[in-house]
Amino acid sequence: MNNSLFDIKRFKSIIKKEFIQVRRDPVSLRLPLVMPIIFMLLFGYAVTTEVDNISTVVFDQSMTQDSRDYVEKFIVSDYFTVNYYVNSEGEMIDLIDSGKAKAGLVIPSDFSIKLKTGKSPKTQLIIDGTDPTTARTAMNSGIIISEQYSRTYKETSLKMLGVSAAALPSTEINVRVWYNPGLESRKFTIPALVGLILQNITVMLTAFALVREKERSTIEQLIVTPVRPVELILGKLVPYIIIGCVSFLFALSLCVFWFSVGIEGNLLLLLVLGFLFVFCSLSIGMLISTFARNQLQAMMSMVLVILPSILLSGFIFPREAMPAAINFLGYLIPLTYFLDIIRGIVLKGIGAGYLLNDIFALCIFTFVILSISVLRFKKSLD
Amino acid sequence: MPDGLCYAIETEGLTKKFADFTAVDGVCLRIPKGSVFGLLGPNGSGKSTTIRMLCCVLTPTSGKGTVMGMDIQKNPEGIKQNLGYMSQRFSLYEDLTVEENLDFYGGIYGLSKDIRDERKKELITMANLSGKEKSLAGTLSGGWKQRLALGCALIHKPKLLILDEPTAGVDPVSRRVFWEIIHSLSKQGITILVTTHYMDEAESCDIVSFIFDGKIINTASPEDIIKSEGAKNLEDIFIKYVERITNTKVSSAFAGVKFLNEESNE
Ligand SMILES: Nc1ncnc2c1ncn2[C@@H]1O[C@H](COP(=O)(O)OP(=O)(O)OP(=O)(O)O)[C@@H](O)[C@H]1O
Ligand SMILES: [Mg+2]
Repeated sequence: MNNSLFDIKRFKSIIKKEFIQVRRDPVSLRLPLVMPIIFMLLFGYAVTTEVDNISTVVFDQSMTQDSRDYVEKFIVSDYFTVNYYVNSEGEMIDLIDSGKAKAGLVIPSDFSIKLKTGKSPKTQLIIDGTDPTTARTAMNSGIIISEQYSRTYKETSLKMLGVSAAALPSTEINVRVWYNPGLESRKFTIPALVGLILQNITVMLTAFALVREKERSTIEQLIVTPVRPVELILGKLVPYIIIGCVSFLFALSLCVFWFSVGIEGNLLLLLVLGFLFVFCSLSIGMLISTFARNQLQAMMSMVLVILPSILLSGFIFPREAMPAAINFLGYLIPLTYFLDIIRGIVLKGIGAGYLLNDIFALCIFTFVILSISVLRFKKSLD
Repeated sequence: MPDGLCYAIETEGLTKKFADFTAVDGVCLRIPKGSVFGLLGPNGSGKSTTIRMLCCVLTPTSGKGTVMGMDIQKNPEGIKQNLGYMSQRFSLYEDLTVEENLDFYGGIYGLSKDIRDERKKELITMANLSGKEKSLAGTLSGGWKQRLALGCALIHKPKLLILDEPTAGVDPVSRRVFWEIIHSLSKQGITILVTTHYMDEAESCDIVSFIFDGKIINTASPEDIIKSEGAKNLEDIFIKYVERITNTKVSSAFAGVKFLNEESNE
């Protein structure tokens, strides 16, 4: 018998036992497959910041070919869907108040006359600002559509006067969107979702690993054996590393094949870093497990980890927009770094060279958290 | 353990406080090597707490203790190599089979596969577990569970065995089977510290010690105690001690208890 600091036989026994327990536990087996499906479908479709087909009411007082052309421009843009035409301001207000319409377009009765006499008519776009995202989209696209209309109108008028618009100097900006040219929010959300799911599953599975032993008092029996905390904690992690990796592959294939978000960068690099992140999240779960006395406490600690990680990691809300203090909190969350990594590799196709900081941060987190867990796990019931 | 030693366990003023409550109060114990030592006392008297300190599961608030010649505070890992422990609550893995539990503890004590398989066979025979090797521990009935726990505690051939109420909730026949095993282990030279609420079991110990409110009040062989107190058996002595300490009268027979209840019902 030996008293060494790390004994491979004891380590293997722990691993084997954990495997048997995982195999007999229906939750541990199903969670890694069921959770990606549920989360990806729910979040994948719900978390979209694209707004189109804004329900619109038109109050056209002009009723001319010009005003109809103007409205037509709004319709073909796809941002606005004109659902109502009304004949009074009261009706329009009513539709917006009731939420049936989110935008109201008012065209003055002198619209056509003013255009024809070379004056600038003033139209009005009323926007329901309760949801800022919708409102912002409506505002920006409304302004652009209206400007485009007046430009084309000017050009045709100039042409009739015999002046070519091309003869007048103007600047032109050539905008190109990289990485996600279609500006699809799906491409922003789905890869991040893979990271979030990975974190949640692994934290959940391991948060209970030691707690279960405490609740069933098997911990007391373990304490009187020569097993070392390192052997126990690492041994308990091994089966979950495998489950976490399977889950990662599964979530990633949903991302690629179901949501058609292809991986631009190196798949191998992504897998390696994904496994690093799995390891990191597992240690978070393990740390919870050393603190919590029962499953309820473990659950509450899990919420304390998962909720901020959704809000502060840049999963939904851009971290650039956050106040400095909140932004800083984001740096304390490993998911923040992994989102950088997975978005970088999947969307931008960048290599490890650009991700060194993130990789380094994840390694540090894993090491520190695991060390704390091992040190915290005292072989005693005090 | 050094062979010159005559006590497997020795404690001096061993004390454990939980906040300001003293659960174990200056306990001095001397347990001779190779003996079967019974620690007796009412619920909450501090038996399990004492045992947990000896197993290095709890740290004493004050006092000293040596187990197999090793200090419980300085060398807990050394003690654990040679200690078999059965806690009061069944604490094996219910989702593992009998064999898997034995395998697991065998591995944890660093036994090689060959030795482990051999020990497993021996222990399954010794603990009368044949035929249940593939049953989940959680599906076993009380007596079987306790014998499996004993098997797991013995897998590494410990020199000292500490059993905390091993026969709680076990039927009279299984209890006898269990105690036969205890005595056969003792014959092999293993020191055994056991707690129990069954005084008939306690009478078969070599030495018993009564503990009340965390204090040891008497330690001697059962025969000596019975003789010196002039009592019929250990059960009478247990009741006598409780009466003396709490200053209340305890009904001496269960028949009397029944009679009292019937009277008050009328
Ligand atoms: N972790 C703890 N925190 C606070 N008090 C405790 C703790 N463990 C035990 N106690 C208290 O210490 C006292 C002694 O408990 P202990 O379990 O040692 O008694 P026992 O003699 O084993 O009783 P039983 O026969 O019921 O098993 C009890 O009053 C118990 O409530
Ligand atoms: Mg007890």
